[in-house]
This record gives sequence, structure tokens and C-alpha cells, in this order.
Amino acid sequence: MSDRSSLVAASASRLQPGPAGRKPRRMLSPRNIMLYGTLLVAAIYYLIPLYVMVVTSLKGMPEVRLGNIFSPPLEITFEPWVKAWSQACTGLNCDGLSRGFWNSVLITIPSTLISIAVASVNGYALANWRFKGSEVFFTILIVGAFIPYQVMIYPIVIVLRELGIYGTLTGLIIVHTIFGMPILTLLFRNYFAGLPEELFKAARIDGAGFWAIYLRIMAPMSLPIFVVAMILQITGIWNDFLFGVVFTRPEYYPMTVQLNNIVNSVQGVKEYNVNMAATILTGAVPLIVYFVSGRLFVRGIAAGAVKG
Amino acid sequence: MDSRAARRPSRLLRNIPAKIASIPMILTALVIFLGGTVWTVVYSFTNSKLLPRLSFVGFDQYERLWAAPRWIVSIQNLAIYGLFSLIFSLGIGFLLAVLMDQKIRFENTFRTIFLYPFALSFIVTGLVWQWILNPEFGVQSVVRSLGWSTFTFDPLYTSSIVIYGVLIAALWQGTGLVMCLMLAGLRGIDEDIWKAARVDGIPAWKTYLFIIVPMMRGVFVTTLVIIASGIVKVYDLVVAQTSGGPGIASEVPAKYVYDYMFLAQNLGQGFAASTMMLITVAIIIVPWAYLEFGGGRKRV
Repeated sequence: MSDRSSLVAASASRLQPGPAGRKPRRMLSPRNIMLYGTLLVAAIYYLIPLYVMVVTSLKGMPEVRLGNIFSPPLEITFEPWVKAWSQACTGLNCDGLSRGFWNSVLITIPSTLISIAVASVNGYALANWRFKGSEVFFTILIVGAFIPYQVMIYPIVIVLRELGIYGTLTGLIIVHTIFGMPILTLLFRNYFAGLPEELFKAARIDGAGFWAIYLRIMAPMSLPIFVVAMILQITGIWNDFLFGVVFTRPEYYPMTVQLNNIVNSVQGVKEYNVNMAATILTGAVPLIVYFVSGRLFVRGIAAGAVKG
Repeated sequence: MDSRAARRPSRLLRNIPAKIASIPMILTALVIFLGGTVWTVVYSFTNSKLLPRLSFVGFDQYERLWAAPRWIVSIQNLAIYGLFSLIFSLGIGFLLAVLMDQKIRFENTFRTIFLYPFALSFIVTGLVWQWILNPEFGVQSVVRSLGWSTFTFDPLYTSSIVIYGVLIAALWQGTGLVMCLMLAGLRGIDEDIWKAARVDGIPAWKTYLFIIVPMMRGVFVTTLVIIASGIVKVYDLVVAQTSGGPGIASEVPAKYVYDYMFLAQNLGQGFAASTMMLITVAIIIVPWAYLEFGGGRKRV
């Protein structure tokens, strides 16, 4: 039977350019068992931490102490989540992770918008309005992306202190804009350079200037790259720890910093279930962005990683 | 004459909006990236303590740095962590990419699973693995409760192997990215190469090893540079997972810099240590940039 069906398939493929390639194999060949077996084991390894986080956060403390970390909860409780969100302590403050969450929102939204606005205009200028020296600055920018942050942190502290915004949200937003600039500028520059030049020329002849072309032609045509940049920036800024800890005062600490302070605080009894609930809550935003955006996320990190 | 002057102003005044729009980039490039780096290197030769002061002491800070046991441990950790994370993330990433490239079903599901850790921060990664590797409740206790009562797997509280505990977490977080880059590279290989290899009767594994891998040189080098520059920056993961402990066993250079600049208020040491980090990165980047860009220009 399989012979005949493959014959039919072969003759069909001769008639029309259908799916080419080798003949389909049986699902349960040794090769497939090896292949899917390995992939499955790898997938389980990658999923275990997520599973352990969720399971631990749904247990009560007595159960955590008795059971093993991989066993599902006998009695599901959401109390650790409530506690992590509204009561967990960092030092003397006991108002939970919610404060860090809102700080992170207040940091991430303006930082994302401003860094993208600045970098997209930069990329546009580099792609369409080159001037003498523009490539030199761009090269410095790209090379700068490889310099460890630790080298530049203190000079930035001094600059921000001189401007009187050290320790404020504004300062942190500027820092995120600065360090997002290399990769984003590169992303936008390459994208704009790939757009047909005739569009730009036609607009020039019609009398449009720098800003008019950017706002009416370039930006509306580039929605996909703006989305990619947003994904890149939201996850990157939300996950940032170093800049949060260096450039803000404790009352403005982003979620990651607060999470670390809650979990790694030395005082008090360790509540592992609350810690894991807090960890999931902090990871939730980038995870949601990741699952919703899917392929665009991959494109973003590929563009970011390969070139940056 | 006048009208011509109006039409063709001096070079500096041409293209004004583009120059104004580039001010943020120019400031970032010159003041922060170039200026900041030079500033830090210059001040690493001073004995600044609480505040930066320009009183030069030559290489004193560097001598002190290389005499400090904590710095030596940090460098050793970075070397071990760097070497193994390069080998394993390239190896595992490439292997997974090859498996994913076998026209499998559920490719998207597998990709989603392998890559999701990359969306998480190092803090989250570190804390999860701190919990999984917890000796009282984690892997060790689970295996012991299965009957193997002498089983010992306690990397986070054993000085000699703590850096491998960090490595496990880092590989979990980062290999998905390597897999994605490698997969993109594999997909970029011409189908005809495969056909030719098949006609010649070369087994698939040999084709990968001796034909595909050499063809993917560019992808490998880029991935290597990405991983390597990430390795030098490793900081949050260690802070979250071990806080540098037990003792100083899992310290890394980036943490040394932060602690000396902002906690110990010994700026000069911090600057010297960060300059050493800069040199490390330069050793990785300069040959790559030379090969990739300098060499390319010559060929053209």
C-alpha cells in the first residue's frame, strides 16, 4: 500500500511542482525516536525551572518544608502570591513587590518610547541624510556597545549629578536611552537603508524636508521594525538590574532590584513559596511579551544579537 | 553671487536638521562612550577614594588589584565560567539547532520552549536556580529521598564548584539564543550543498562537521563574540544566585567593580578593575573587528 501511494505521489510530483524532497518516513523509525527523544528531554530540562517556580508558589510553607520541590501541590493556595505582591518585606518596607512593579512600569514605558524615538531619528539621519563625520560617530557608537557598562557607569553618575537628576527616574530613563542607542540605531539605520530610495527622492522633489519625510513616509512604512524595537526595549529594560541599582534611590528601585532584595534578605524566616511567587511575578511581563510576540521576538533578538 | 551663497552655504550649515537630530547620538558617542571610557582609564591611575581626585599614583591601583585575593578569584572564575559557557553554549546550541533543522513537527513549540528563558532576567534565572540547587529542598534532597542517601550535589554552598552552579543557570538562560542564531545560519545554507553531499554518499553527520560548520564560520564567529562579551559583563546572575559566596568563591570582575565603586568607596580600585575589564573585551573584540571589517575592506 505504501508502495502504491508513494508511486502516486511520485507521478504527481512529476506532473506539478509539488512538495519536493525525500519520501516521507515512518513516524516511529529509530531515527525519529532518537530525534524526538532528545528534543523532548531537552524541552523538559528547559521547562523544569518554570514548573518548579509555579508549583512551589502554590504550596503552603509546611508543605514546602516537607515535600520535594518537584511534587505538585496537594493543597493549592494563592496566599504566597498575595503576600509577595502586597506584604513582602525589603528592609523596613513591607508593602510588597507592587511598589517595584509600578516603578518598573514608570521606568519602562518612557524609556522605551524615548529611546525608540531618539534612535529611529538617528537611524533615519544615518540612512538618508549622511553628513560629514556621521559614520565616524556611528562607528564609535557601535564599538561602544561592546564596552563593559562598568567602565562608563561612574562618569555617567558624575554627569547626572551635575545635571541634578542623579537618583531620579528621569536620570534612569536617560541612561536607558543612552545604552539602548547603539543597537536601536543600527536596527533602524539598516531598515531605513533597505527601503526604496525612490520614495525618499520623490518626497524630496515634492518639497518635503527632514521631519516631514520621517513623520509622513519613513515612520508609517516601518511599523514592523518599531514593534521589534519595542519588544527588545521592553524586555531589556524590564530585566535590567545594574542600572536600576546604580542610578536610582531605594524608593524608585525597579522590580528586579526589589525582588533580589526580598529573596536575598538575611533577616527573618525564608518563605520559599513567597519568594517563588515574587520571582514569577517579576518574570511575568517579559514572558507575556515573549509569548504574545512569538516570531517577532526571535527576529528582534536575531537582529539585535547578530549585529550588536 | 548672493543667491549662489544662499543656495550653497558652508559645509557646516548644510543638512542642519539631520545634524540637530543626530545630537543625541553624537553626545552619546563622544561624551559617554569615548569620554567616559577615557575618563575612567585616566582616573584609574589616581588614588581616588570617596570622590574622584586627580592625584596620580602611577600603577599603584593595578599592583594592589593584582595582589588582591578577591580579584584573583574573580579572574579565575571568569576564566572557568567563560571557557565552559563558550564550549557548552556553542555545543548545545548547535546540536539543538541541528535537531531542529530535521524538518521536525512542532518546531515552533520546541523553539518557544528553548528560547523562553532568554526572555527572563538574570535575577529571575539566578533565584530559580538558587531554589532548585538548594541543598535542603532541591535536587540533592529529592535524589536522597529516592533512597540514594549519600548523594551530594550542592554546588552553591561548596566553594570549589560554586561557579559551575552559576554556569548551569547561565546555560539554561542563554543556549536558546545560540540555538536560534545557529538555526538561522543552518537555514541560510544552500539546499544544493545538501543535494551534492547526498549524491556523493557522505553521511549526514560528516556533512555537518566538515561542510556545513566551515561554511557557517561567520555565524560561529558572531555568536562567539556575542557570548564572549556577555560573559565579561556577568553580574546580576551572580548577585542573585550566590551574592558572590560562599565567602568570595563566586566573585566576578563586574561585581568587584561595583562593590569597590559604590560600597567600599574606593573609586581608584574600581576604575582599575573596570579598565582591566575593558582590556579583556578589547582582546576579544579587536581581532574580530579586524578580521571582519579590516580584512573585508582589503578584499574589496
